[in-house]
Amino acid sequence: MAEFLQYLFSGITVGATYALVGLGFAMIYNASHVINFAQGEFLMIGGMMTVSMLGAGVPMPLAIVAAIVLATVVGLALEKFAVEPARNAEVVTVIIITIGASIFLRGLAQVVWGKEYHALPPFSGDTPISIGGATILPQSLWVLGVTVVVVAALAWFFNRTLMGKAILATSHNRDAAQLVGINTGLVLLISFGLSAALGAIAGIMIAPITLTSYDVGIMLGLKGFVAAVLGGLGSGVGAIVGGLILGITEAMAAGYISSEYKDAVPFVLILLILFFLPNGLFGVRGTERV
Amino acid sequence: MGWMRAPRTGGLMLLALIVAAIPWFLPNNFYFEMAILVGINAIVAVGLNLLIGYAGQISLGHAGFFGLGGYCSGILVATYGWPPALALLLGAVGVAALAFIIARPILRLKGHYLAMATLGLGIIISIVVSTEDWLTGGPDGMYVPPFTLFGWELYGEAVWYWVIGGLLLLAVWLALNIIDSPVGRALRALHGSEVAAQAAGVDTTRAKVRVFVVSAVFAAVMGSLHAHYAGFVTPTSSGFFHSIELVTMVVLGGMASTFGAVVGAAILTVLPQLLSGFEDYEMVVFGLILMLTMIFMPQGLVPTLARVCKRRDQRASPIPGVDEVDP
Repeated sequence: MAEFLQYLFSGITVGATYALVGLGFAMIYNASHVINFAQGEFLMIGGMMTVSMLGAGVPMPLAIVAAIVLATVVGLALEKFAVEPARNAEVVTVIIITIGASIFLRGLAQVVWGKEYHALPPFSGDTPISIGGATILPQSLWVLGVTVVVVAALAWFFNRTLMGKAILATSHNRDAAQLVGINTGLVLLISFGLSAALGAIAGIMIAPITLTSYDVGIMLGLKGFVAAVLGGLGSGVGAIVGGLILGITEAMAAGYISSEYKDAVPFVLILLILFFLPNGLFGVRGTERV
Repeated sequence: MGWMRAPRTGGLMLLALIVAAIPWFLPNNFYFEMAILVGINAIVAVGLNLLIGYAGQISLGHAGFFGLGGYCSGILVATYGWPPALALLLGAVGVAALAFIIARPILRLKGHYLAMATLGLGIIISIVVSTEDWLTGGPDGMYVPPFTLFGWELYGEAVWYWVIGGLLLLAVWLALNIIDSPVGRALRALHGSEVAAQAAGVDTTRAKVRVFVVSAVFAAVMGSLHAHYAGFVTPTSSGFFHSIELVTMVVLGGMASTFGAVVGAAILTVLPQLLSGFEDYEMVVFGLILMLTMIFMPQGLVPTLARVCKRRDQRASPIPGVDEVDP
């Protein structure tokens, strides 16, 4: 039982991170129907920027804010200079553009920050807390707490603010949104900024647990993509549930079956799910218009 | 002269001339090696272009098939002493069977879901080959003996060059014929609109499955040959990044352009060599070139350049628009 709890804790912690990345994917997909393959790089920027600011003697809270701001700026720039000019291109062309952007950002990070792995100190010590025979790191509680706060803030933003409602309207029907006077270009820009900030937050939260380096964005990004697809692309609730399912399944498989195949678990899971539910768990079964 | 302009004859002859002429300009073995790698990648890209460019189905996992072909050759020839040609054949048949089985559930998916599924498939294959080290040598890869056929060993850069060059012409000829056949027309129809193609009586599932299998076999055969040529096979050959490279070759060269796929393969194979002088900045420059090309030429290089040439042609001809009458 203690063992099971242990796996569950670590699964939920990682799963919360996947959920945040998945939310970022869902947000950009909703606003533009683009899958942003550079999403993982925002996590990398968040973690690495915090590490380097700390190294320069900046206090932790300030370093975190600076990292989130930097990632957001990069996200905005990505939309403005790479995605916006290719608005009318085919899906696969835009995919290649975001892949190019992710290679570019990774290369830049490697030049600026080097190739080494860095550990971010935990936010409040590393004395494990014991629950029911299993232990949980304080950092895990931070990850969970911040995720809950972020999700609550997003729910408020989308349901209570004009901009949030404008984004939702655009995701439902772009042309109709434009007709009622919504600036859909701005919506797209904000979606990229917001999802970059989300990625950075996830990257900073998880860095004390999993280490960070210039190339952590690849796997984390891909798994966030799995989380988003698992829940049904474009569904916010779906991305969160998908992320948690993914994290827990991965931790259980690593614990009980084989730790070597830990990284393969998300992809096996997504293939199985897509075989039976081609639109993910919460995806809308759309009809194609001819 | 109309037939010379048709891609099936004129373009193929031009490609044959280029393949025949290139060795005269290659000063040493290093350049031969580059040319051979270009050829290998080009054949995979030509196959993948049938799927992406014509059928409009994304695959982010084709390196998985490439890697499977390579490992099949490596394991059967090096470990079990099979004749290389038989191992290559079995690799191709095995990959065809695998592609056929998974094609139906996977190709039912659309757009990003399809991208996800193929990406997952490729990553699973690459994780399996790097984990099962008792069979595959793990992350370090495994040694693969030279390719022999009836006691004759494929040896030396020049011999490999002509073999790959010949195969490239064969692959392009096959692709051009598939595109012009009823199957090709069915693919283009379903690219435009799957529902409309179905309504017009096209068995879209069958068409998609077929082209998926064909493109997977192209990748598997070249994976086998590449393993024999390089003398080893590693998990990176089946990895996510290689899949991305292959898709990029197709898109950069120009989707739905067979010669575009060849050009894309040539650029993406040679570019990293040219950029190696940038050392630390290699990734930065590569990513930048990728982004800028796709932003400013979303149609890809060959279709964009073709349009520019055509426009200039028209301006030069005394009667405007006369070129458009030409078939």
